[in-house]
Amino acid sequence: MAAELVRGQNHPLSHVRLEIRISAGVPVLAGATLGDEQGMVHGRQWVVHPGAPVAHGVEAAPQAAPEHRLTVDLAALPEAVHRLDVFLALPTGTAGPLRFGAVPAPHTAVYSSEGTEIACFTLTGLDTESAVIALELYRRQGAWKIRAMGQGYDGGLPALLADQGLRDADDLATAVHEAAARGLPHATSAPATSEPSPRTAAASAAQPAPGRQVPSAPHASQGASAPDLPAAPRTPSASQTASATPAASTPHETSASGQTEPAHPYGPPGADGDGGPGLPHSGGPVDYTHPRRTPSPPPPPAPTAADGQPARPVAGDAVGWSMEERLYNQIWGMFEDLARTTAAYRSAVQFADSRLEQELDQALADPRARLSGAGDAAREAAHDRRIQLTDQARAALDRDLAQLTDEAEVVEPALPPAYARWDNPVWHAYRAPDEEPMALRLGDLHLPESAPLSIPLLVRLPLERGLWIDSGPVAAVDDRVLDSAELRHLAMEAAVALAARLLAVHPPGAFAVQVVDPAGAGARALLPLTQSGVLATPPAAGAAGVSQTLERLTRRVDLVQMAVRGGAAEALPADVDTAQQLLIVNDFPHGFDERAVTRLRYLADEGPAVGVHLMLVADRADAAAFGPLLDPLWRSLLRLTPLPDDHLADPWIGHAWTYEPSLVPAGSRILQEVLAEVVNARAKRG
Amino acid sequence: MSVNLSKGQAISLEKKDGATLSAVRMGLGWQAAKRRGLFGSRTREIDLDASAVLFAGGQPTDVVFFRHLVSDDGSVRHTGDNLVGGVGQGGDDEAILVDLQRVPVHIDQIVFTVNSFTGQTFQEVQNAFCRLVDETNGQELARYTLAGGGEYTAQIMAKVHRAGSGWTMTAIGAPANGRTFQDLMPAILPHL
Repeated sequence: MAAELVRGQNHPLSHVRLEIRISAGVPVLAGATLGDEQGMVHGRQWVVHPGAPVAHGVEAAPQAAPEHRLTVDLAALPEAVHRLDVFLALPTGTAGPLRFGAVPAPHTAVYSSEGTEIACFTLTGLDTESAVIALELYRRQGAWKIRAMGQGYDGGLPALLADQGLRDADDLATAVHEAAARGLPHATSAPATSEPSPRTAAASAAQPAPGRQVPSAPHASQGASAPDLPAAPRTPSASQTASATPAASTPHETSASGQTEPAHPYGPPGADGDGGPGLPHSGGPVDYTHPRRTPSPPPPPAPTAADGQPARPVAGDAVGWSMEERLYNQIWGMFEDLARTTAAYRSAVQFADSRLEQELDQALADPRARLSGAGDAAREAAHDRRIQLTDQARAALDRDLAQLTDEAEVVEPALPPAYARWDNPVWHAYRAPDEEPMALRLGDLHLPESAPLSIPLLVRLPLERGLWIDSGPVAAVDDRVLDSAELRHLAMEAAVALAARLLAVHPPGAFAVQVVDPAGAGARALLPLTQSGVLATPPAAGAAGVSQTLERLTRRVDLVQMAVRGGAAEALPADVDTAQQLLIVNDFPHGFDERAVTRLRYLADEGPAVGVHLMLVADRADAAAFGPLLDPLWRSLLRLTPLPDDHLADPWIGHAWTYEPSLVPAGSRILQEVLAEVVNARAKRG
Repeated sequence: MSVNLSKGQAISLEKKDGATLSAVRMGLGWQAAKRRGLFGSRTREIDLDASAVLFAGGQPTDVVFFRHLVSDDGSVRHTGDNLVGGVGQGGDDEAILVDLQRVPVHIDQIVFTVNSFTGQTFQEVQNAFCRLVDETNGQELARYTLAGGGEYTAQIMAKVHRAGSGWTMTAIGAPANGRTFQDLMPAILPHL
């Protein structure tokens, strides 16, 4: 993490290439002076300023700006340089303030060329100063360090430069201000010393020159403006004026506008002026940096998607060890997303409504407004504001729904049988699995706002709770008034579809279904199960059948419990079926006496832990005679309905979701085919 | 570039290139004042809690805190309660993530608060700070250091509010007293 320096504090620098970012809130000049071990600055060629913005591996902006990015290549600094002072100055000759006390405290931060922040320093406590040394980079025993300075000068830039030991400080300061005011540096400041100029021109020209491999290449591309630039480091002064022609200032426009894209700072090292040792061009190190790729700003994060558009959805785009688990997590993620985006929408609409009400009240409460037309206008405005907000909220919801719909469209076809709708082609290629699935689709969920998008309701297997298919009366759906018998049949069909799904998704022989149908009322709905032969025993009928079946299952629960507690699962009697059991009870409590009810409650409580699951198909009103005795039973079961009904709540917000069972499409023989395959596979396993 | 905020200072959360920030993290870090020993010490670790209150038109609509880690709309998420602080030694001990683009349209302000759940005052807390980090690249945007802890048990740190099409962060830094955000509500309202 970046160090926040206080005045006088220093900090080690482990990077060679640095970027010093300055933000001042108002336009300021920024530059640097290079000093020897004593801090003396020998001549104006050792000053990097707007008039000579590139020299010795330091690059500054050629004009005043509220934001600056100074790049410093410590390795490119001449050996003699031991100190580098970064200075800021308020521009003269403008309408701007002339004291730092009147502007926001400038903030400086030192970044590595990779874009990590190393240290930062805010120059607080300035008052009448108009120039300030912000930071100092200094060489100490071969290593570079940075020190927070904040040394201000009432006398402005001339005083600052004079303090650095420059004799012609006043002239230079004037030149700097003039150059900055013009933003086109070369013509004025260069002629006297001008060593930086060819360097600048070369560096700037390097930018539009693609494919630059060696430092001498840009000169060729620079063309007529500096044809005689020699390769030798000691540039004859003749070429300096040549490069100070308008041709050189044109490429400078790039670096002038370069707060966001500074000119390439690590240009040909050989072009350094006589202030530094400067390596010869031909023998200089090859510059591998891309000519137009600036090393200073941190690379923007790889866009995950173009312009905020969500990435194309992919099935299984979630965490998990297996595709099955990933799909499970993805679907639950979609479920949560839908719940939350709907919550946002509802909350916004609610807010819009209450605000409308308030504003209408206000409009009414103002008697003057009531008489004049202002009241109507206010009411209209209030309605408009409400519509505007709800439209915005709806747009956000629609955007999210579209995204989730896209996702659902790729996810649905990729689902394995346990998660798939009955109309999914995966069922036509059904083969008995080798492993128990991790979850099961019980149906679909949707919210009024989300239609037609719905989310699969997946529950983990083995089932932790029993299921209750409610065959009781429902609120009229689709203007169809269903009589009780029809409802009971639909409930039983839903139960059979679920039972068939459970049978199909378990390995052969690992799951068994038993049916109690005391009055035989469910025979028609049970046909797929009874005809295919997946039931070991035909549906039990009558009170005797009920008590027999319950007794058998109770014994199994007891034995398995004992075996599990004793740690002797293999000691079970041979006649105990170790497969998981699903008991479908139709028309509960028909045919049940109190003893049978007690057994059933026992199974509901103890069964799931040892693989005995309950599926009650019942109308709760039928069991009213038992009074509150059965309330715990109903509560322990997960209620599902044969027709769409909004009774399920999500775990995050608690919206009422409309549940729709996953039914076999009308006329489809898929259930029979799948169950036949289940029987086949069972026979093969023996 | 990190900006050290002073009380009341605001920064715009627009990026330099004009793009708006998509996700930010409000991080809270602190260290308990040093103790000498364990035996006989009746002091307890200091449990600071970060909370975020979502406001629509001056009315609180949702709160994200350690008992409700995700706002109903899913745009603001708390990464979990930290009971002792100092785990990061300068990193964030508690963090609240805000997906600015998903914040519901009617939410116009999100206020971040810090409470001392265990009742110690900020005098016993060292190096407490809150900072705003661009979650997409981990860069710190702004930092606000709790200067000189005083005799109070809560602080209203900062707010992020809509300004034009983007968002702006304002450092508030107002002391208050309370165990959880509920106690702070009267103190928050003047800052909206």
